[in-house]
Order: sequence, then structure tokens, then C-alpha cells
Amino acid sequence: MAEVEETLKRIQTHKGVIGTIVVNAEGIPIRTTLDNSTTVQYTGLLHQLTMKARSTVRDIDPQNDLAFLRIRSKKHEIMVAPDKEYLLIVIQNPSE
Amino acid sequence: MTTWLATQVWASMKCNSPVQSSLWSTDSPSVGGHTLPTLTMEIVHVYTKKRNEFGRQCNFSDRPAELHVDILPDPSLASNFIERDPCDIPIQCTQEMSEHEVNTERFESDTRGINHVEGGWPKDVNPQEMEQTIRFRKKVEKDEHYFSTIMQLGSNMEHCIKQNNAINIYQEYFEEEEVVEESEEQPSAKTINVFRDPNEIKRTATCLSWHPDGSCKLAVAYSSLGFQNISPDMSYDSYIWDIENPNKPEMTLKPVSLLVCLEYNPKDSHILVGGSYNGQIAYWDTRKGSQPVEMSTIEHSHRDPVYKVIWLQSKTGTDTFSASTDGQVLWWDIRKMSEPTERLVLDPNKKGNLDNALGAISLEFETTMPTKFMVGTEQGLVVSCNRKAKTPAEKIVCTYSGHHGPIYALQRNPFFPKNFLTVADWTARIWSEDIKESSIMWTKYHMAYLSDGCWSPVRPSVFFTVKMDGTLDVWDFLFKQNDPTLSLKVCDEALYSLRVQDNGRFLACGSQLGTATLLEISPGLCTLQRNEKALATAMFERETKREKILEARHREMRLKERSRSEQSKDEDTKEGDGEESVEELATRTEAEFYEIVEAELKKRAKEQEKKVRRD
Repeated sequence: MAEVEETLKRIQTHKGVIGTIVVNAEGIPIRTTLDNSTTVQYTGLLHQLTMKARSTVRDIDPQNDLAFLRIRSKKHEIMVAPDKEYLLIVIQNPSE
Repeated sequence: MTTWLATQVWASMKCNSPVQSSLWSTDSPSVGGHTLPTLTMEIVHVYTKKRNEFGRQCNFSDRPAELHVDILPDPSLASNFIERDPCDIPIQCTQEMSEHEVNTERFESDTRGINHVEGGWPKDVNPQEMEQTIRFRKKVEKDEHYFSTIMQLGSNMEHCIKQNNAINIYQEYFEEEEVVEESEEQPSAKTINVFRDPNEIKRTATCLSWHPDGSCKLAVAYSSLGFQNISPDMSYDSYIWDIENPNKPEMTLKPVSLLVCLEYNPKDSHILVGGSYNGQIAYWDTRKGSQPVEMSTIEHSHRDPVYKVIWLQSKTGTDTFSASTDGQVLWWDIRKMSEPTERLVLDPNKKGNLDNALGAISLEFETTMPTKFMVGTEQGLVVSCNRKAKTPAEKIVCTYSGHHGPIYALQRNPFFPKNFLTVADWTARIWSEDIKESSIMWTKYHMAYLSDGCWSPVRPSVFFTVKMDGTLDVWDFLFKQNDPTLSLKVCDEALYSLRVQDNGRFLACGSQLGTATLLEISPGLCTLQRNEKALATAMFERETKREKILEARHREMRLKERSRSEQSKDEDTKEGDGEESVEELATRTEAEFYEIVEAELKKRAKEQEKKVRRD
């Protein structure tokens, strides 16, 4: 339990990390460091996107599975680590 | 015996019952016969029948056909009618079809937005209530699975975060340095279009001018520069061509006399000024038609053909100046063409003497240096002048000599205004303003006379020249100095004029038979190479320095010579007049020459012998 806390805290304190969200399979944010409205927005959208990405990968090759999803935008990078039940979302501002 | 016959008199057809039955006595027996009563009645038919025959069947009997009426055709009636020809008879032979209408149910679509609200919460948890959500969350966090998942995901994520922090994988490397590909391709030029003089008697295309905006039009001045070569049938027209359409000129300009030179106004693309063969200047406005808007008066114009006219940089954009072989350079304001605004006589002695004057063939004016201009003369001198000088004598600043023939082209380098190019006789020379005695760089002597040349507007070390044998040479002085980088035979007749477009990509050259050829040169020759400016600067400086040193050396030698000759002159005058006449001088030189040649031959013969002996 404490290790989880420690891990999440460590992730949050990395250079450039703006926010961290943990989402469960139903799309409920379990843990978040951002404000509620932003969290809800990110969760809803990224959950669906991750599902879509995963289904794409599996459609092409059923043996395959989605390992990591990175979306690099002009302003920052959104990283999604998927799992069967949970999603770990981190928003980072990559170093320039 | 009379038989009493019951006769029933039937009157008319409608009557079914007898009208009257009367007893008749008949004298003559008639059975079944009928007699017409002589009563005054309508048509009556008497029908007799024996009483005991009543009720019996009718007995029909056959009888032959009787012709009642026969109406024969009467041709005379046909004249009442006209035959109808043609007769339209519609006939339709189709399937029988029936029409039905069907309407599907309308598909209605509606756009709606969905507001993402928190969802996914299990039924018993009310998302609004903080307590319940917190409790739910805490419950999830206690899950064992959660623990392991997060640890694993966390390590993955950390790896990526660190990656991001370490290096920006999308960074543009070497952004500042423009990747300029060294074109390995051979320099080449290809002809795009050829514009021929539409008139029968062909005239020389003596001057070309590109349209200032976009360069989609080319103005070509046609004239005949040969001595008294103008035939009375020769057309005086000059044309403006649209480069896309070589079949027909876009516009004709009709001057009073053949146009020798023609220039577009760089500020106003509708105005052109032209100098003509009889010395007059005229200007056209393309919106106003083919006739010149105004012409200069003959008394105040040049006395010889106007070889070059250039637009000046002024606020009004209406000033030009022109040069002619009569030795004058005249300044004009096109709004008032009756008189030139200023006049300069190219007298090298600076006395303004027209008889002494040098004939001007080319002019040079750079907008970055509005007070200076240069004139190329027929005698091979380049005269540099200052417009703002107070007295006419001071107008001519200096002269540059070095050419043997008339200077047909004179242009400053667009990147290095201190250096200018002159094209004359069989060479093209590059000069530096500071060195007045000779050019700093020159090409070799060609087989054919050079008639025109110009710098490339995009590359400082590239210039173009055209020759009388119809070839176009492209010189790249940084690449090769002995020969042109590209030599192209454009046509069989002589080329007289050349003009490069502002983008450096296209150039047009005009020939003796009035054919203007539009060429495109390869990109390697019109893109600025790396370091080109620096290299060109270095080269020009180097050559200028070399010339300066040579000039200094010459001066020293001359001084020495002079001092020596002064000394010897004093001695000479002491001795007496040792002047030799020209003839004696000639014979003496001849004798010397032959002596030297013989000595040389003897030496060579000796060497040959030595060689033979050795072998």
C-alpha cells in the first residue's frame, strides 16, 4: 500500500510531469493529481481511445496486445500504460 | 262473284291497328295483291291476307339484290379538297405500364452533444456524494490486484518518462543549417519558347525588357542597326509578347521610327519608354494603345540613334535618361517630353565640346547609388559620372580604358556594386571601380564578337554573354575562369541582345532576324551556392589587390623611366637634335627585327644539331 503511494509520488515528482491519473476498467478515476473536471475529461476520452487502440492492435494480430500508448501533442505528451483492469495515465511536458 | 276480302288499311308505319276497315268490292280477283288506295293519306301500304291465314308464320322469300342508289365518284368535287402531304400519324407500340409511387420513411438525423459526466459508478454509489465516492475509491485501492498492477505499470511509465526527459526524440537537429543539396547535375539550358518577328522583312531584336511584376511579358524592340539598311517596306512596329503565347504578340507598339531600345518602368508596369533610330524618345502606356503617349521634340532630341534608355529612381517614377552616339546623355521627365531636363556632353576633355565627344552606346545606373552612373562609349572607354556635380566639367569623374571596341553592355554586379562588367569587342571584362587602368578580370579573346552581356541577379559570380555567331555563354567565375561553364548555340544568326529575368531562371536573347528565344537555365546555375558570396567577395578583392599592386608597380616604373628619360633628354639636347624621321626609325626597327629573328633561328639550329649528336 505504501509502495503504491511511493511509486505514484515518485512518478509525479519526475521532471516535466504535469499530472497522474489511475483509472479502473469502468472509467472511474481512482487516483488523480489533477482537478476533477480535467480528470473526468481525460478519463472519459482516454479510456475510450485506449480501448480502440487495443482493439486495433488485436485486430491486426490476435496474438498481439497493446503495451503502451503515447500521444505526443504540441504542448505535452500523454502516456497511457494499459492493463486488463486499470489504466495509468501520465501527462508530461517533454524537455526542450 | 265477289269475295269479300277484309282489307285492313294500315296507315303509316306507326299505326299497328287498322285505321279503317272498309269493305271494298273488287271486280278483278287479286289474291295477295295490294292496291294503293286513292285516299288522301300519308304513305299507306295495304296488306291483304286471307283470314284463315292469320297467325301463320311469316314466309320469307329470297329475292335478288336491287341496286337502290349508285353514287359515282365525281372528280370535279376533288377540286374542293387539297391533298395533305405529309400526314402525321402517331403510332405507339409500347408495353403497357403503370405508374406507382412509393415513399420510404424519412430518415431524420439530429446532432446532439453529450456532456461527459462522471459515469461508470456502480449502482449503489452516488457520484455526487463525496463520501461514497471516497469510500469506493479506498475500497479499490485495497485490492491486491490493484497493488501489483500499479507497480508494474508504474515501472513501465517511469521508464518512458525518463526517456522523455533524457532526449527529445522529435527534436529538429541542425535546424539552422539549411540543407543545400549540391547539385551534381550538369549545368544546362533549354529553350522554352521562340518568338519570331511576324513581319516579312525581318529586323534585328535589339533590346529586350522584362515586365517588372511577375515577368510574364517581354517587350522586344526591333530595329535595323546596319548602316543604311532600312528598306521602305520595313515595319516600324515593336511588340510586347506574352511568354506563354509565341504565335502572336500580345501588343504592338507603333513608333514613328524604329525602336532601338525599350524599357519597362520598374515602378509602373504599364509604362514603357523607348529610344528610336532617329534620336527621339517616346513613351507608351499599354492601357492607352499602340501609339506613343508622347514623344520628345526632334530639335531637342539626340542626333543619332538612341542606344540606351534607363529609368531613374525618383519620387515621381517618371524620370529617365538616354544615351546616344551623338555624344550626349539627356535626362527626361516623361510628363514633359518637349525638352530634356538636363544634358551632359561626353567630352573627355571636360569642355563640353560636342565635336570631341565620345559616342555613348550603353548606360548603367544602379538604384542603390542614385547619384552615380556610367556610360560605355563607342571608343571603348567607360566614363563614370556623377549626377550631382555642380559644373558640367565635374560631372565626368573618371574613365576606364581597356577595350578595343564599342562597349555594348555595362552592368554593375548586383551583389558587389563596386565591380562592373563590360562586354565589348571579343572579350568580357570585370572591373573594379578603384582601378582605372585595367580590368581586374577578363575572359579570353573569342572567335566571334561579343554583343551583349549581363550578370545573373541571383548568383554573384555568374554572368551571361551572347556572341555574333549565335552562341550564348554562361560564365561562372568561381567554377571555371578560362571557359564558359555552359556554351549553347541558340541560333545560326548573330545574337544581339540578352536579358535575364529577375528570378535568374529565365533569359531571353534576341537575334539578327528578330527571333527572341526564351531559355530556362538549370537550377544549379540559378540557386545561390553555399559560401558563394564569401568566395566571390574574396575573389574580387584578390583580383583588385593584384591589379593595385601591378598598377603601383607600373607607376614606379614609369616614374623611373621618366626620370631617366629626363636625364637622357638633357644629354640629348646637349648633343643636338637626334630626331629620327619616321622612315629611318622604321628601317632601323626592321633591321633590328631581322637580326633578332636570325639570331633565334641560328640558336635553334644549333640546339637541333646538339640533340641529333646526342642521339
